[in-house]
Amino acid sequence: MLERPGILPSDVERLLDAALVAELTVVDASGRPITYPLIPLYDGAKVFMTSAVLFSKKLRHIKANPKVAVALTDPVGVPAEPFARATVIGNAHVIEDDLHSGWEELLPLWRAKEPVIDAFLKKRFGIPLFFERSVIEITPRRTLFWEGGRTDRGPVVTELVGV
Amino acid sequence: MALAPIAAVERARTYTHAIVSWVDDDGYPTTVAGDFTTDAAAAAVEVGPIDSASLPPGGREVCVTFSHIRPQPGMGYDERRYVNLWGDAIVTGSTLRVVATRTAGWDEGDVPFMEYAERSVPEAHAYFDAVGGAPRLSAWWKFFLATRLPFLTATIVPIALGGAIAAYDDSFSLGFWLLALLAGCAVHLGLNIANDIFDDLSGADAANTTPTPFSGGSRVIQYGLVTRRQMIGLCGCFYAIAIGLGFVLAAARGWNLLWIGGAGLVLSLVYSMPPFQLVSRGLGEPVTALGFGPVMVLGTYFVCAQRWSWDAVYASVPVAILIALVLYVNEIPDRIGDEKAGKRTIPVRLAPARVVAIYAAAAITAFALVPLGVVLGIMPAWTLVALVAAPLAFKAYIGIRDFYEMPYALMGPMQTNIGVHLVTGLLLVAGYVVATLV
Repeated sequence: MLERPGILPSDVERLLDAALVAELTVVDASGRPITYPLIPLYDGAKVFMTSAVLFSKKLRHIKANPKVAVALTDPVGVPAEPFARATVIGNAHVIEDDLHSGWEELLPLWRAKEPVIDAFLKKRFGIPLFFERSVIEITPRRTLFWEGGRTDRGPVVTELVGV
Repeated sequence: MALAPIAAVERARTYTHAIVSWVDDDGYPTTVAGDFTTDAAAAAVEVGPIDSASLPPGGREVCVTFSHIRPQPGMGYDERRYVNLWGDAIVTGSTLRVVATRTAGWDEGDVPFMEYAERSVPEAHAYFDAVGGAPRLSAWWKFFLATRLPFLTATIVPIALGGAIAAYDDSFSLGFWLLALLAGCAVHLGLNIANDIFDDLSGADAANTTPTPFSGGSRVIQYGLVTRRQMIGLCGCFYAIAIGLGFVLAAARGWNLLWIGGAGLVLSLVYSMPPFQLVSRGLGEPVTALGFGPVMVLGTYFVCAQRWSWDAVYASVPVAILIALVLYVNEIPDRIGDEKAGKRTIPVRLAPARVVAIYAAAAITAFALVPLGVVLGIMPAWTLVALVAAPLAFKAYIGIRDFYEMPYALMGPMQTNIGVHLVTGLLLVAGYVVATLV
C-alpha cells in the first residue's frame, strides 16, 4: 500500500507518518469551518481518515463540500523529530459502500500507529456501531510546512495540483 | 457538546496550542497553529505571534480548536479532549483575536468515550438512513448479545445446586437434571429478551446513555442490529421450548412440577411485562430472588427426587439473595435512564448511602445463612466452604461504595458482584457433592 517516495514533500510525509492525531477541517453548509481531531493515515499518495457512523456529521459536510484541510500541529500528538507543523489542503471523497469492513483495508496503516486496534477489533461486537465506518480519502493539492513548528514565520508552500 | 463561551475559553486555557481554521478565498479551509492567551471574562482568545501572511483576513469567521491526547506507547492514546470555538477574526499585526460566539467540545474525563458513543447512536441511524445501509454483525454475535448469554450462570448455579442437593439425598437423575437445565436456560433467555423488548417499548433502554456490559440491556434493538419483531419471535421460541420441556418433565416426574414451573414462567413474565412490570415497582429483586432461587432449586430437586424438600428451599436462599444483588447492583448505573422511563427500581427510589448499606446487609445475611443452616442441621458441614467467597462480596461492596456515581468505574465491582453469586453458588454445590461422596 505504501508508495515511497510519495507525492508530498518528505518533511510533510514524516509528520503524517508519525501523527497519532491530526485536525481535519471541513466546511459546513453555512460555509463555516469545523475542525475534528482524527488519526491520519498516509499511503504515499493520499491521506486517509476513518469516521464511525456514530460521529458522521463531518461525512455529511464533506459530501456537500469536499474541500478540506488536515493540520499536523501538536508536539505530543505528532511525535516527530525534529518537530514541525504542516497543513495539507485537498479534496476529500467519502467511501461508504461497505461500512462494515471496507475501512479494514486501512488496517495495516492504522495498526502501525495504534497497535491496540487489533484488540479492539476482536471485541467489535461490544461496540458494533463504532466499527461501522466510512473512509475519508483526501487527495492533496497544496501543503504548508512550518519548520520547527515556527508559525511566526511564513510556511513553505508546495502546490501539488497535477502531481 | 455545546459549552458556554466563557466556560469554553476557560477550558482552552489548559491546552498547549491553538489551531485556527478558516475558509480561504478559493473556498478551501486552511489552518495555522500557534501559541495563545485567553481572556475568559471576554470569552476571547488571542493567537500569535503568527506570520501575518498566514493569518485570515479580518472579519472572516474562524474556528479555533484546542486538542489534546496522551499517547500510550504501543497502545494508542487516552485523555482525549478538544474544544472548538467560533467567532470573527480580529487581526492586529501578527496576532489574531477571536471572541467566541459559538462553541463545542468533548472531554473524555467528563463524558467517557462509551457514553459519548451512546449519545451519538441517533446520529449513526441518521447516517444509515441516508446511505440506505444497516449495521452488520454475525448471526452468532447477534444471538450472543440479544440473549445476554453469559448471564446464564444465574440459571446454571441454582439448577446445579438443586441437583447437588438431590444427589445428597440419593435422588440424582442425570438425564432429567439435564432436561431441567435446558428448560431453565430457555426460560432465562426468554426472560432476558422479553426484558429488552419491554425496556425498548417503555423507552428505558433508549434513555440510558451509560450502558455497560452488565447493565442497560443488550442494546441490539437500539443499535438496529435486530428488530423488535425478531426479538419477539426469538423470545417466543425460548418460552415455547421451556413450556414444552416443562410438560415433558411433568409427565415423566409428576404433574405437581407444573406448579413450580408455572410459577417460574409467571415470575419471568410479570418481571417486566405491562401492566405488572414488577421491576418498575421496585420489586425486581424479590421476583429475581424467587425465580433464580427457590423456584429453580426446588424445581430441579423435584425433577430429580420427585418430592418437595424444605432443606432445598433453605439452601436456595443464599443463592437467591446473591442473584438479587446482581440485579440490584446492575440497576445502579441504569438508574438515571430508568427514572426517565418511569422504571422505579430500588436505586431510583433510595439515596446512594442506603442502597450501599442494603447491599452490605443483604450480602452478610446470605453468607450468615450458610453456617446457620449447618448449625441447624439443614445443610452439610462441607457447605461452609462457600464462606471462602465472602471476601469477594466485601471487595464488591467497597467498589460499589466508592464508584457509585461512575458507571464505567462500576464495571469492575459489577463483575466482582456477579462473581460473588457464581463462586458462592458453585462452592455450595461443591460442598454438597463432597458431602455426598464422603
